[in-house]
Amino acid sequence: MSTDTSAVPFESVPGSQKPDAILVVDNVTRSFGGLTAVNVAHLEIPRHRITALIGPNGAGKTTLFNLLTGFDEPDTGEWKFNGLSLGGVAAHKVARRGMVRTFQLTKALSRMTIIDNMRLGARNQRGESVWRGIIRPIWASQEQDITQKAEDLLERFNLAHMRDELAGSLSGGQRKLLEMARALMVEPEMVMLDEPMAGVNPALKQSLLQHIKVLRDEGRTVLFVEHDMDMVREISDWIIVMAQGEVIAEGTFDDVGSNSKVVDAYLGSHHDVDLGDHA
Amino acid sequence: MNWGLILSNSFYTAISANAIAYMLVATGLNVHFGYTGLLNFGQAGFAAIGAYSLSIPISRFNWPWPFAVLLVIVSAVALALLLGFTTLRLRADYLAIVTIAVAEIIRLSLNSVRFTWLTGGNDGLQGFTSFMEKLNPFPQQGIWLWKQKIDGYRLWLLVSGWVLLMVVATLVYLLMRSPWGRVLRSIREDEDAARSLGKNVFAYKLQSLMIGGAIGAIGGVWLVLDKQSSQPGDFATTFTFFSYTIIILGGVARVKGPVIGTMIFLFVIQFVDISLQQATKTTPSDPTPLLPTWLIDQNNYAQLRFMVAGFALAALVVFRPQGIFGDKREQAFDVH
Repeated sequence: MSTDTSAVPFESVPGSQKPDAILVVDNVTRSFGGLTAVNVAHLEIPRHRITALIGPNGAGKTTLFNLLTGFDEPDTGEWKFNGLSLGGVAAHKVARRGMVRTFQLTKALSRMTIIDNMRLGARNQRGESVWRGIIRPIWASQEQDITQKAEDLLERFNLAHMRDELAGSLSGGQRKLLEMARALMVEPEMVMLDEPMAGVNPALKQSLLQHIKVLRDEGRTVLFVEHDMDMVREISDWIIVMAQGEVIAEGTFDDVGSNSKVVDAYLGSHHDVDLGDHA
Repeated sequence: MNWGLILSNSFYTAISANAIAYMLVATGLNVHFGYTGLLNFGQAGFAAIGAYSLSIPISRFNWPWPFAVLLVIVSAVALALLLGFTTLRLRADYLAIVTIAVAEIIRLSLNSVRFTWLTGGNDGLQGFTSFMEKLNPFPQQGIWLWKQKIDGYRLWLLVSGWVLLMVVATLVYLLMRSPWGRVLRSIREDEDAARSLGKNVFAYKLQSLMIGGAIGAIGGVWLVLDKQSSQPGDFATTFTFFSYTIIILGGVARVKGPVIGTMIFLFVIQFVDISLQQATKTTPSDPTPLLPTWLIDQNNYAQLRFMVAGFALAALVVFRPQGIFGDKREQAFDVH
């Protein structure tokens, strides 16, 4: 195993404190009708690490993602990214502050070319204003730089040969790669990946894993939701387990694997009781 | 059958000032629907606002025409803001419902007896075109386009209209190849993805609505300048649906699409119309029409033109779904 998870010095309890946490969440709740989808009392995401957010279906992982990135509004609560509050901040502004997400169902912009998908991600583009957009010389040189950067990233994600194809022609796994590469065009400090491995074939999985590790090695923070436990074990520095909207455990892979609450959440609290006798 | 007249008349219809009005209205709709994915079903409303913002101030209040032209743009932008702030934060379907309703409210208000003092009601407004007649550099007798006569005023509208259309189309082209246009297309594909990359989706949709609406309003102006009369009946929902037909025909999200689409659409309809008119015509010297009267006669050919035109258009869409200039590859992927 390449990652030395034992070196992570955080306490293995839900809501544990991390020195220099990049994201701090307090009392965030969100209910849909009578169902409380998310109820997180306190949560800190460590900087420069790969943190996995796991939990059974319906645990509220994606809802939490949506709340933190401004795609949904919580009923209560507050959270800070780099010490600045993100409560009530619109999704596009969250991205501009350096927290960029991907989606569970990949959102490749199908009828745009791959290079245009990439270029779109770049921030502060002069040509994105309607008046300056009309006059090409104003944005042409910046566009060249953006294109260069986009091509470098496509090279790194093995998509360079598809540069001018429409994104709709990519396979499921390639779309995941494109989405990740596109997110990097925003130059995020923190990347939030919602099920990056879903629907990806095993051959592509290894390369996707490598790409995620590189994100950390570049100094970014990664938070990802995933169901594939092999992957979680292989790349995570830290693991957060959610069930029924709450954070029930935190720790290294081995810590949470031996935590009875986690086992209960995944298998049901009576998994070791023979219900047959009583029913 | 006078084929020379049929062809020259159909061709003239396809390039006339009336056609330019359709081209402009469809170009505006193309900005909304083709590039941004906004389901605007009220483009006729923008055209109506444009037409009446010109005709009311001039006919009723004797405004100098440049002020009226300015009002055309201002009121189109105001309508876009009204529609945008109420619906653009909601799901796409709501924009469709609200725009079609607002366009009908505008048309019915213009038609209403209550506002006849201002809008002329059903009779509409006339006498607002004198500025355009004064600006006309062409002699009144006009020219002959083969067998079709074009009077001086219509020739002037045609020439100035094409210049205007070229300016508008060039601006749209420049905008759409810019990073600004790229953001619009990304919103059409998936607005959440655009948002996740830091784009202010609402602001871009609003800009798209304003620009496309203003172009539609200018289209409305050209329509009433050509007719020399503003009437509410010209701005019914069919106008919007013709515009959709036109951009789908010509190719969605192509600058040439609305122009070529309009030419084909109007040519086919006009060609069918006057061909049937000629084929059912009787004269005292020749009482038997070309087509047998049990099949079709002078009284019912007019209904048939939209049927035949409809078949022609359906065939085109079946055999070339991407339109004339559309990209087949783009058509292959569904939008969600």
